[in-house]
Amino acid sequence: MGPATSGSVAAKRRPRPPRKWLPSRSTIAILQITVLVIILLAWYVLGKAKILPEFFFGDPVLVFGQIWDWTASGEIFIHLGITLSETLLGFAIGAILGVIGGIWLGLSPVAGALFDPYVKAINAMPRVILGPIFILWFGLGIISKVALAVSLVYFVVFFNVSQGVREVNPAILANARMLGASKRQLLRAVYIPSALSWVFSSLHTSVGMAFVGAVVGEYLGSAGGIGYLILQAESTFDVNAVFAGMVVLTVFALLLDLAITIIERRLIARRAS
Amino acid sequence: MTRTLELKNITVRFGGYVAVQNTGIAVAEGEFVSIVGPTGCGKSTLLNVAAGLLEPTEGEISVFGEPLVGLNSAAGYLFQVDALMPWRTALGNVTAGLEFHNVPREIARQRGTEWLTRVGLSGRGNLYPHELSGGMRKRVALAQTLIMNPKIILMDEPFSALDIQTRVLMENELLNLWTADRKSVLFITHDLDEAISLSDKVIILSAGPGTRPIAEFNIDLPRPRDVYEIRSTPRFIELHMQIWDRLKEEVLKAYERNQYGTGN
Ligand SMILES: Nc1ncnc2c1ncn2[C@@H]1O[C@H](COP(=O)(O)OP(=O)(O)OP(=O)(O)O)[C@@H](O)[C@H]1O
Ligand SMILES: [Mg+2]
Repeated sequence: MGPATSGSVAAKRRPRPPRKWLPSRSTIAILQITVLVIILLAWYVLGKAKILPEFFFGDPVLVFGQIWDWTASGEIFIHLGITLSETLLGFAIGAILGVIGGIWLGLSPVAGALFDPYVKAINAMPRVILGPIFILWFGLGIISKVALAVSLVYFVVFFNVSQGVREVNPAILANARMLGASKRQLLRAVYIPSALSWVFSSLHTSVGMAFVGAVVGEYLGSAGGIGYLILQAESTFDVNAVFAGMVVLTVFALLLDLAITIIERRLIARRAS
Repeated sequence: MTRTLELKNITVRFGGYVAVQNTGIAVAEGEFVSIVGPTGCGKSTLLNVAAGLLEPTEGEISVFGEPLVGLNSAAGYLFQVDALMPWRTALGNVTAGLEFHNVPREIARQRGTEWLTRVGLSGRGNLYPHELSGGMRKRVALAQTLIMNPKIILMDEPFSALDIQTRVLMENELLNLWTADRKSVLFITHDLDEAISLSDKVIILSAGPGTRPIAEFNIDLPRPRDVYEIRSTPRFIELHMQIWDRLKEEVLKAYERNQYGTGN
């Protein structure tokens, strides 16, 4: 069969699908901003036209005014600092406990079998409901928020690590043993590093959990932090400040995620296999 | 000659499946012994037994005349699969064994660097395993095992994943390292050419189940050898034909068993 005939047959049998219009990256960015502007404009116009009651939906101009005030007075940075330290403390403590618990339960079949139903039960429980108890126990200060963040982070890390420990490459283990590693050295040289790589792989989820724990804890009762700002605004029916708090929270969460991505690249890019 | 490593009447069962039956293998001091056999016949199983990683269902292992209990600490083991620690650099992997034996850090680093040079990887010590090629990783694994100066070296198809050229290169390197101070080597391979060109003795295993040695050939080729050049000498070709005749039957048996599913 000649190339001309085969070409025409193919063309007849399978008509080419129309080419999809693929916009460039800058076009996409412009469109994305346009969407945001349209939503904000609609919000503003609908509010001014009294279609959306201002008492419940606020006014975007006042929301940004509120954010500006917080920023200009520097107040927001104090609250951000509090929320951030609760998040980081909650993450660090939760991750360390999770690694220890995960390695222990992963390595000891007896402990694993014994605690399995309890671990499952606690994991099934929506753990934010621990918040009120932690506030009773630890008061309105930073500790109750850290405790809530820890309880959320712990399980993410714990499950990843105990799974990771059970699935450590048996060849790497046998190799380390043949090279003379004692039980302790095996833990330090094989189990912990491979557990840590699992912690890294769940970094986004677990830091996100710590953030949720901190903010929810603040919202349940506190004296500072972004959750506290929202709580305070809510109790004075200041809907604009509630929205402002939400915007700050979202932007902060995005920045946190970005920071993790950067740390991740620095720390594990070269080791990833 | 004294026997460095001896497996006596080894039987290994996995559940109801008899992988290895009544097998005896001996390696003398400074001897290079290869085991050849069809795939799945139990070669890795035997090596794990020799390393003390797998307890045989029946039989005894003796190392320098002493019965083996637990891991074989006189042996270094080069695994069939990749067993480097991905979170350690090449140098960190090479020095791992020294670290486990509490050798001071500086000395370990120095000896590790020497060994990396010896396997042709000088200046690559800072790379992580996934930044190395397959052949380079095998060299790191080789250095990792040999730096411990084991009296017995167990190698499980160490070069089977490499291309022919790299393979010949590594085989020559191995022979050079081995000639420098003669260890006892138990070497597993699929490749008859490799077995003959490296070894003093080639052992043929029968097809599974119930694998056992069925023939043993002394390789009287002169040393030092060049693994590539030696393959065209008349004596090599003669040995190859003899051994292949014997091996062929087993390979066919194994193939038929797999074909008709009576293997298990
Ligand atoms: N842990 C195990 N449990 C059950 N069966 C096993 C186990 N390890 C090996 N076997 C079986 O024992 C037999 C021998 O396996 P082994 O790995 O020793 O073969 P091999 O000769 O090294 O094969 P290859 O040349 O492909 O590496 C195989 O049939 C395998 O299925
Ligand atoms: Mg094998």
